[in-house]
Parts: sequence; structure tokens; C-alpha cells
Amino acid sequence: MFCLKGKSLITINVNEEDYELLIRPSDILLDTLRNQLGLTGAKPGCNNGDCGTCTVLVNGWPVKSCLMLTAEAVGKKITTVEGLKAAPIQKAFIEQFAFQCGYCTSGFLMVCHALAGIHPDPPDIVIDEWLQSNICRCTSYEEIGTAIRTVLDGKIE
Amino acid sequence: MIPFEFDYYKPATIQEATEAYCQLEAAGKEPVYYGGGSELISMARLGNLHFGSVIDIKAIPECKVLEYDRDNQLVLGSALTLSEICESKQFPLLEKTAGRIADHTMQCKITLGGNLASTILYRETVLPLLVADSRITIAGKDGIRDFPISRIFDKRLNLPKGSFVVRVSTEKGVVGSPYFHIKKTRNEKIDYPLITVAGIKTSGRLRIAFSGLLPYPFRSIKVENILNEFDDETVCAMEVVNFLSDKILSDINGSSEYRKFELKNTIINVLETMKDV
Repeated sequence: MFCLKGKSLITINVNEEDYELLIRPSDILLDTLRNQLGLTGAKPGCNNGDCGTCTVLVNGWPVKSCLMLTAEAVGKKITTVEGLKAAPIQKAFIEQFAFQCGYCTSGFLMVCHALAGIHPDPPDIVIDEWLQSNICRCTSYEEIGTAIRTVLDGKIE
Repeated sequence: MIPFEFDYYKPATIQEATEAYCQLEAAGKEPVYYGGGSELISMARLGNLHFGSVIDIKAIPECKVLEYDRDNQLVLGSALTLSEICESKQFPLLEKTAGRIADHTMQCKITLGGNLASTILYRETVLPLLVADSRITIAGKDGIRDFPISRIFDKRLNLPKGSFVVRVSTEKGVVGSPYFHIKKTRNEKIDYPLITVAGIKTSGRLRIAFSGLLPYPFRSIKVENILNEFDDETVCAMEVVNFLSDKILSDINGSSEYRKFELKNTIINVLETMKDV
């Protein structure tokens, strides 16, 4: 049985690369990404699963990394905003001015990127449901909605 | 950050999980079963819960099953995430109910078993299972056992110590029944329910279960008798309100008077919607 007792060495795959890390079983994925791997794109916000600014993809699905143990990531493919590498949604955010302060942006990008991959032609209600997972206190919701729709409509290469 | 240390176990079989629990319990390692983990992490972070070890059940194949068995029962593993259940489109009422719990990203982490076992009073995924008379399979030191959900879930999940939910099974005919689901929140769409009703119509009779109305989710045969016996929707709704009146929650989300108002309108809405179904 796979088990971690105390500080243990594990391997996790982040942005297509394997990393060997020394972690505690109680470590949170968000902290590991930021503090051990230096991937600071996923932001700490509420740390309670409410704001979505720490969202990363786990096997292609959006997950709030503040509510995931690093130990759970073993055997999974983790994608952070650093792993998008000029994805269409990033271009769309720039073209549509879909941010102001930018703190929530990486979380929204991850949700939008996952949506485009899983539901390439979603009805509006599905887009709304997915975007409701994240909070933008600068209230750029209209522009963010436009950005994801331009990607889904194929207007961004 | 979680302010205490614990060990992490990920068994590959039911037997490994229950044996690990017994051994860890005997060693004073305060084990807890771990599904999605969102509630455990939140509570641990705030110091509201302490444990010495977690047993993650997500690698157990029986806990991830999503299929019809040979008896035409839809079998759903307890470690399926709410989004996996929604995306499968196998159980429309459960899909609708699960799709209104927390937000979409959280639905990718919250599991069916985790929601059923939640310490938060709403536990909305139980509503479709209660009205569908689902069966629930649990595993513990006494082996694997199967119960009607009404025997295991009374106000909350009442499992023998050291047990966990493996799966729930629901008859195909009931899964496909005409259904209704109404969730009313105080303000935002994503919130705990002021009142959630979920139900089906089968053999010409309505079945209904509630969350948010009392301090626990419930199905009431008495309420169902009222719904199925009165012709006038308003009279019927008032009978339901009067029957539940002295137990209805009054909290920061809404006063009992406001919940009664919402309950009455919701019952009328259900009766009108389901009348010709």
C-alpha cells in the first residue's frame, strides 16, 4: 500500500516534468507548488476553496490546490498557469482586457483552459457554471466571459 | 497550511483500507477515511478537526465504479467526484442535485461519499438517494454489508466505527423517473440552501426529500402522504408547512418564517409542475 509516514520523498508531475520532492503528508499542493517548485502562478487567496485563485488542473480538470494534499498529486498530471505556454485563452485575456489587478487571472485562465478542452462547444449555462467557481474582485466578469467565448468560437488561434 | 502532522495511506483494496484503519486505531493514530478531502482540509486548517492519519480511498476500484450491474442497478462508487457523476448523465436527479453543491471546481474534488458523510448539515446528495430507496454498501471490520439507505442515513450517515461507504446502488427504473429539484438560497446562486427539495414521481405518487429546512436532510412519508392526498395545491402546501412548522430552522441564512414562506411556494411549484407528469 502506498503510504507516507513523516517527511517522505515523492515524485509528482507538474507541467510535463517529474519533480522529486521531500514533503510532509500534511503539505498542501498550493504551498508545495509555490514554495518548493517556485511556481507562483497559482495564488493563495481564501485558502478555503471559495475564491478559485489557486486553481490548477489535475489530469485536465480544474481543482483548487489549497484543498488538495500534495500526497494526492502522486500519479497525477498537474498543470499550472506556467504550463499553459501561450495558450489561446491567454491571448484572449489580453485582447479582451479580461483583468485589472490580475490576482485572480491565473485561476480563471486554468478554469477557462480546462473548459475549452473538456467542453469545446458548451451551452452558455455550462460556461456560467464553470466561471462561477472563481471570484474577481475587480469585477472583470464580462470581459472574462467574452475571452472564453472568443476561444470557444475559434476566433483565437 | 495544516497545523499538525499526520500520516497518509492509500490502500488499493477494501481489505487493505479496513485493516489499515484497525491497525492505526489500535496504535492510537486517530485514522479518518479520506475521499475528496475538501472538508477535512478546511476543518483541519482551522483547528476544528484533528487526526493522526488519513486513509485515502480513491485508489479502491469499488469506490470508483460507475456502471449498471447485472441486476439493473446503477452502481456509483463513493469516491466518484460530483463532477464525474454529473458528466456521466446516468442519474438525472442526482446530476441536478450534485450540480448545485458548492461550485463547479469544488465539484471536481468533492466526492459522493464525502458529501454523504459531511459534518455540514445539508448533505444534499442524499436527497435523490432517499427518494429512490437506494441501497448503500459499507465496509468495515465486519466485512462488506449492504443496507437500505433509510437504515444507514437518519438525519446523518450513521456508520459503525471504522466503516466507510463503498458504493450506492439504485434501481434503473427509479433512476429514470420524472423528477424535480428546486434549490433556494439566500442571495447568491452558489451558497448553502435556504431550502432544497428533490423528488421523483413513481407509480403515480410523489416522493420528496428536503435539505436546509431542518437541521438535517430528511424524507418524510407523512409529507408525501399530504402531497399525494390533497387536490388543492395551496391547501396541500399549508398542510406541509403546518406539519413541519415547529421544527423549521431559523438561522443567519433565513428566519423560520421566511423558510415557511419559501416552503409553501416551493410545494405549490412542485405540485403544479408535476401534476400532469
